[in-house]
Amino acid sequence: MKVVVCVKQIPDPADPGELDPDSKTLRRDVKLILDESDSYGVEMALQLVDTAGEGEVHLVSMVPNNEVSGLRTALAMGAAGASLISDECLAGSDALGTAKVLAKAIAAQEPDLVLTATESSDGYTGTVPVQIAELLGLPSVTFAKEIEIDGSTAKVKRQTEAGYDDVECPLPAVVSVTAGVVEPRYPSFKGIMAAKNKPVEELTVEALGIDAGEVGWAGSRQDIVEITAAPVREAGEIIEDEGDAHERIVAFLDELKVL
Amino acid sequence: MDFSPDEDHDLIAEGVRAVCGDFGDGYWSDLDQRHEFPWEFYARLADGGWVGIAVPEEYGGGGRGIAEAAVVLRTIAASGAAMNGCSAVHLTIFGLNPVVVFGNDRLKETFLPRAATGDLHVAFGVTEANAGTDTSQISTRAVRDGDGWRIRGQKIWTSKALESEVVLLLVRTGEADSGLDGLSLFLADLDPDHVDIRPIPKVARNAVASCEVFYDDLPVEGWRLVGEEGQGFRHILHGLNPERILLASEAIGIGEVALERAVTYAKDRNVFGRPIGMNQAISHPLAKARIELHAAWLAAQEAAWRYDHGLSCGEQANSAKYLAAEASFMAADVALQTHGGMGFATEYHVERYWREARIQRTVPVSQEMTLNFVAQKVMGLPRSY
Ligand SMILES: Cc1cc2nc3c(=O)[nH]c(=O)nc-3n(C[C@H](O)[C@H](O)[C@H](O)COP(=O)(O)OP(=O)(O)OC[C@H]3O[C@@H](n4cnc5c(N)ncnc54)[C@H](O)[C@@H]3O)c2cc1C
Ligand SMILES: Cc1cc2nc3c(=O)[nH]c(=O)nc-3n(C[C@H](O)[C@H](O)[C@H](O)COP(=O)(O)OP(=O)(O)OC[C@H]3O[C@@H](n4cnc5c(N)ncnc54)[C@H](O)[C@@H]3O)c2cc1C
Repeated sequence: MKVVVCVKQIPDPADPGELDPDSKTLRRDVKLILDESDSYGVEMALQLVDTAGEGEVHLVSMVPNNEVSGLRTALAMGAAGASLISDECLAGSDALGTAKVLAKAIAAQEPDLVLTATESSDGYTGTVPVQIAELLGLPSVTFAKEIEIDGSTAKVKRQTEAGYDDVECPLPAVVSVTAGVVEPRYPSFKGIMAAKNKPVEELTVEALGIDAGEVGWAGSRQDIVEITAAPVREAGEIIEDEGDAHERIVAFLDELKVL
Repeated sequence: MDFSPDEDHDLIAEGVRAVCGDFGDGYWSDLDQRHEFPWEFYARLADGGWVGIAVPEEYGGGGRGIAEAAVVLRTIAASGAAMNGCSAVHLTIFGLNPVVVFGNDRLKETFLPRAATGDLHVAFGVTEANAGTDTSQISTRAVRDGDGWRIRGQKIWTSKALESEVVLLLVRTGEADSGLDGLSLFLADLDPDHVDIRPIPKVARNAVASCEVFYDDLPVEGWRLVGEEGQGFRHILHGLNPERILLASEAIGIGEVALERAVTYAKDRNVFGRPIGMNQAISHPLAKARIELHAAWLAAQEAAWRYDHGLSCGEQANSAKYLAAEASFMAADVALQTHGGMGFATEYHVERYWREARIQRTVPVSQEMTLNFVAQKVMGLPRSY
C-alpha cells in the first residue's frame, strides 16, 4: 500500500517572523519546520502501512525556498521518500494554486491513499484537501479520527460535533486527518540518521507539466487587499473575592455564553 | 582546524530535545522531592535509541563516539533535567566501555545488546569509605571459588545501585598490599540475596540515589571477569577520560539552563522601576558565565574529538572537566543570585540546578585531583602524595 502524505513546512510558530508589507504575506525566508498538524497524518500513514504489512509512506511538500528541514523530520519518523516542489514562480500561490501543484505531484506517485491535515497551522484556510480531491477526481473524506483499510475500501470515523460518522469510500481517496487523533512518534536516533540518505526528489512546475501562469502571483485568483495587526489583548477583569467571587465568575462566563 | 557546525550533532541535539520537552521542570523537581527514579523518561530515551548511541553497531547500538554521547548528555542537562536526568542514563550510555574494549565475547554478547536497547541498568562501584581517592587502598575482595569467585566487602556512593541489575565492580584479587596491581574488574549481579543496598541521604540529585553497598560473599561466575586478572585498574583508567568528558558536558548543560532562566528573570523582574538586567552588576556576571560555559564546551569537544580519533586526551579531558565544573557552578550561582530571594524557592528551579551543579566539583574526581593530574602528568611537577 502506498500512502502519500501532504506535509506543509512552515515558519516555527514559536518564532513566527513577520508580515511582509509589500506582498502582504508572511515572510518565509526563515528556517521552516514540519507543521505539527501534518505530524498526525504522517503518524497515521505509518501506522496504516504497518498494519497492512507492506507498502510505504511518501511525502509531498511545496515550499518557497528548497527547505527540507520539515521533510527530514517526517522522513526520520519513518516515511520512505519525498517529492519537494520548489519554484520561484510559485511565490504568492493561493490555496487553489497550491492544490494544483500538489495534485500533480501526488498523481505521479500513483498512491492508494492521500492524507492531509484538516488545515495548516499558518494559513488555515482548510481548503487545500478538498481541492486536491476534486482536481484528482477522487473521493474526499474530511476530519478523520480513525482510518481502517479493508481491501480497496477506506472505512473512516469522521469526527463531528456530536460524535462521529462512519463513512466508507473506495480507494484511492483523499482523507484529511484531525489534529491530535494519534500520538506522533518522536524520531529515533537511527531514524534521524537514516533520513539523511532518503530520497527527496526536487520538482519544478515545468517538470510537473503545469503552466507557470496558472500558479503563483500570476495565477492567483485571490488578492490580499489589506492586512491589519491583530488588536492587542485588553487587560482582563480582575475579580477580588469578597465572598461572592464564584457567582460573579459564573455570571461573567454566562454573559460570554460559554456555559 | 574546522569549526563549522556538525550537522549530525545538531540533529542529535534536536532529537534529544524533542523527547526531553515532554519532561519539564515540574517532573524533575517532583521526582527529586519524592526520591523516585525517572523511569518514564528513561524508557522514552531508550526507545529512541539515545541510550545506546555509543554502543557498537554490531551489538545493535548507534556506533557513535564520545562526541555524540556528550551532545546527548549536555542536551538532557540543558533541558532542565540536570543531573537527575543525566545520572539516570549516564552509565548505560558509556559505563560499559571497559567491557567493549577488554571484555570477553560472552560478556559482550550477553550484555551489550541489552545496553544498546537501554534494557540493562548498570552501576559503577569503585569508591570505598576507607580508600577514598586513593584507589590503591581498595579492600573489597574477590576470592576464587571453584571456576568462579566470591566477593566480600563494602562500597560507598554507588549511584543507581537500587535500580541496577549489574555493577561494574573494582575489587582486590591480589594480596592485601598489592596496591593498584592487585585489582580486578567484574561485571557482577546485584543479587539481593548477597547484596545489601542502602541509599545515603544527600543534598542533591535525589531522583537517583547513591548508596552504600554491602557484598556478602556474592558468587560471581568466572566469565564475569572483565579483561585480565590484576589489570582492573588499568581497564578502568581507559574509561576515565571519556567519563570526564561526559560529566563536563552534563555540567555545561546545567550551567546553560540556569543561565537561560536567569536571563529571562533579569529581563522581566523590575526593581526601582527598571529591569534588574539593566544593572551591570547583574548583566556582567551573566555574560561572564556564558563566556566560561562556551570555553568549557570547546575544551570538552576538543577532548572528545581526540578520544574519538584515538589520540591521547588526558590533559584535555581533565581540563574540560575542571573548566566545566567551575563554569557550571558559577553560572548556577549567578542564576541564584539574579533571582534574589526567589532563587531559593523550589518553584523557580534554579536552586535545584545550583545544588546539582555543585556535584561535579567533587565527582567523579575532585577538582584537586584534576589539578594534581595536570601538575604532575602534564607539567612534570613532583608528586604531592
Ligand atoms: C513559493 C511560495 C510562496 C508562498 N508564499 C507565501 C507567503 O508569502 N505567505 C503565505 O501566507 N503563504 C505563502 N505560501 C503558502 C501558500 O499560499 C499556502 O500553502 C496555500 O495557500 C495553502 O493554504 P493553507 O495553508 O491555508 O492550506 P490548508 O487548506 O489550511 O491546508 C490543509 C492541508 O493541506 C496540505 N497543504 C497545504 N499547503 C501545503 C503545501 N504547501 N505543501 C504540502 N501540503 C500542503 C497540508 O496537509 C495542510 O495541513 C507560499 C507558497 C509557496 C509555494
Ligand atoms: C553524588 C555522588 C555520586 C557518586 N557516584 C559514584 C559512583 O557511582 N561510583 C563510585 O564508585 N563513586 C561514586 N561517587 C564517589 C566519588 O567519586 C568520590 O566521592 C570522589 O571521587 C571523592 O572521593 P572521596 O569521597 O573518597 O574523597 P577523599 O578521597 O576522602 O577526599 C576528600 C578531599 O580531600 C581532597 N584530597 C585528597 N587527597 C588529595 C591530594 N593528594 N591532593 C589534594 N587534595 C586531596 C579531595 O580532593 C577531596 O576534596 C559519588 C559521589 C557523589 C557525591
